[in-house]
Amino acid sequence: MQDLLNLFVKSIFIDNMVFAYFLGMCSYIAVSKTVKTSVGLGLAVVFVLFITVPVDFLLNKYVLSPGALSWISPSFKELDLSFLSFIMFIAVIASMVQLVEMVVEKFTPALYSSLGIFLPLIAVNCAILGGSLFMQERELETLAEATVFGLGSGFGWFLAIVVIAAIRERIRYSNVPAPLRGIGITFILTGLLGIAFMSFMGIQL
Amino acid sequence: MCYGKQIRASLPVGARIEKERNKKYINMNQEANKKEALFSAKNMELLRKPLNLDNPITVQVLGICSALAVTVKLEPAIVMSISVIVVTAFSNLIISLLRNTIPSRIRIIVQLIVIATLVILVDQVLKAFAYDVSKQLSVFVGLIITNCIIMGRLEAFAMANKPWPAFMDGVGNGLGYGIILIIIAFLRELFGSGTLTIPMVGELRIIPQAFYDMGYENNGMMILPPMALITVGLIIWIQRSRNRVLIEEK
Repeated sequence: MQDLLNLFVKSIFIDNMVFAYFLGMCSYIAVSKTVKTSVGLGLAVVFVLFITVPVDFLLNKYVLSPGALSWISPSFKELDLSFLSFIMFIAVIASMVQLVEMVVEKFTPALYSSLGIFLPLIAVNCAILGGSLFMQERELETLAEATVFGLGSGFGWFLAIVVIAAIRERIRYSNVPAPLRGIGITFILTGLLGIAFMSFMGIQL
Repeated sequence: MCYGKQIRASLPVGARIEKERNKKYINMNQEANKKEALFSAKNMELLRKPLNLDNPITVQVLGICSALAVTVKLEPAIVMSISVIVVTAFSNLIISLLRNTIPSRIRIIVQLIVIATLVILVDQVLKAFAYDVSKQLSVFVGLIITNCIIMGRLEAFAMANKPWPAFMDGVGNGLGYGIILIIIAFLRELFGSGTLTIPMVGELRIIPQAFYDMGYENNGMMILPPMALITVGLIIWIQRSRNRVLIEEK
């Protein structure tokens, strides 16, 4: 339990998807003009990561990693399908996003109309595929670890986008030099926020 | 010959106007079907625009994720640029060849499959011929699949244009991405480690030992992630100051 909590806190602050690894930057910069849209997109990303990382973990463990298919027959012990990971993970993500979209449309149509185009756009958000690939690379051991990692990474991304949206809303009334207006100042701000988050790096959990 | 005069005299006014208009449309169609030279001005424009005015990273704001993470040293940046140029150009080409046969509902899935297959190929080639670099790039080769530049160009250009212009557009955008990557990596490695790592040549020490003896220290901050973002912000500042047309309205 202590390990899971450590992993959760680590993936929000120390291994933050945006500030440490720059994943999901495109939609991060495009959507962060107002806090309202950022909250919507952030929550959607949390939800999608929470669903796809565990499913990809099971897929990796029982189908893709070397010798994984030995539960079908012992002759498959040397089979290594990990080169198919990219295409399988993307397929899982795209179908999960489609599923989530259909469920949200059926049960909470208000949320669906406020998210609009952003829900299908999450399928190509680097943060989602990145979450699964990091889970595979770091060889997380159990399903619980994978779930906690997904949830934590999602919350880290959510935190990042809401903070930058809040700052951008206020910066609109400041005297930013004309060539820096818009994305220029956003990059510099994100860099400064990244430096701030680096202060978490020395924490021993 | 009198033939033309006869036609003109025999038809009512409305029909004559229709005939003139149809002739104009037939001419326009023939213009469109005329084969364009392989490296004509229009096609070279597709190569040149993404390098500056329509740059995927600084103007279209696409493909930023992998651009920042792999630029700690120059060598991964060069390898990453080449991979992205290859994937963008060939996926543009394939989707453009298939553009009239893809049903609209499964468009995104088909695009993702094409991109994912090309990336798997590139990944296997890298693992075979440049293993050390592929270890440094780690998950970011896989993340080329979700690189917004590729999907963006497929949707915006390849789905509506012929194969050769689509290929040129892919190469152009890949080059635009590559240039920014190389500039950032150059600055980060030079000021962060005092060296430049060039593929196949190895690590070259640029800042001579004499500087270090005088008290010069490498700027350790440049190797850390946040400085990449600030460097991109500065590049955008310089680019927009020189091209006033890119500045956003309030």
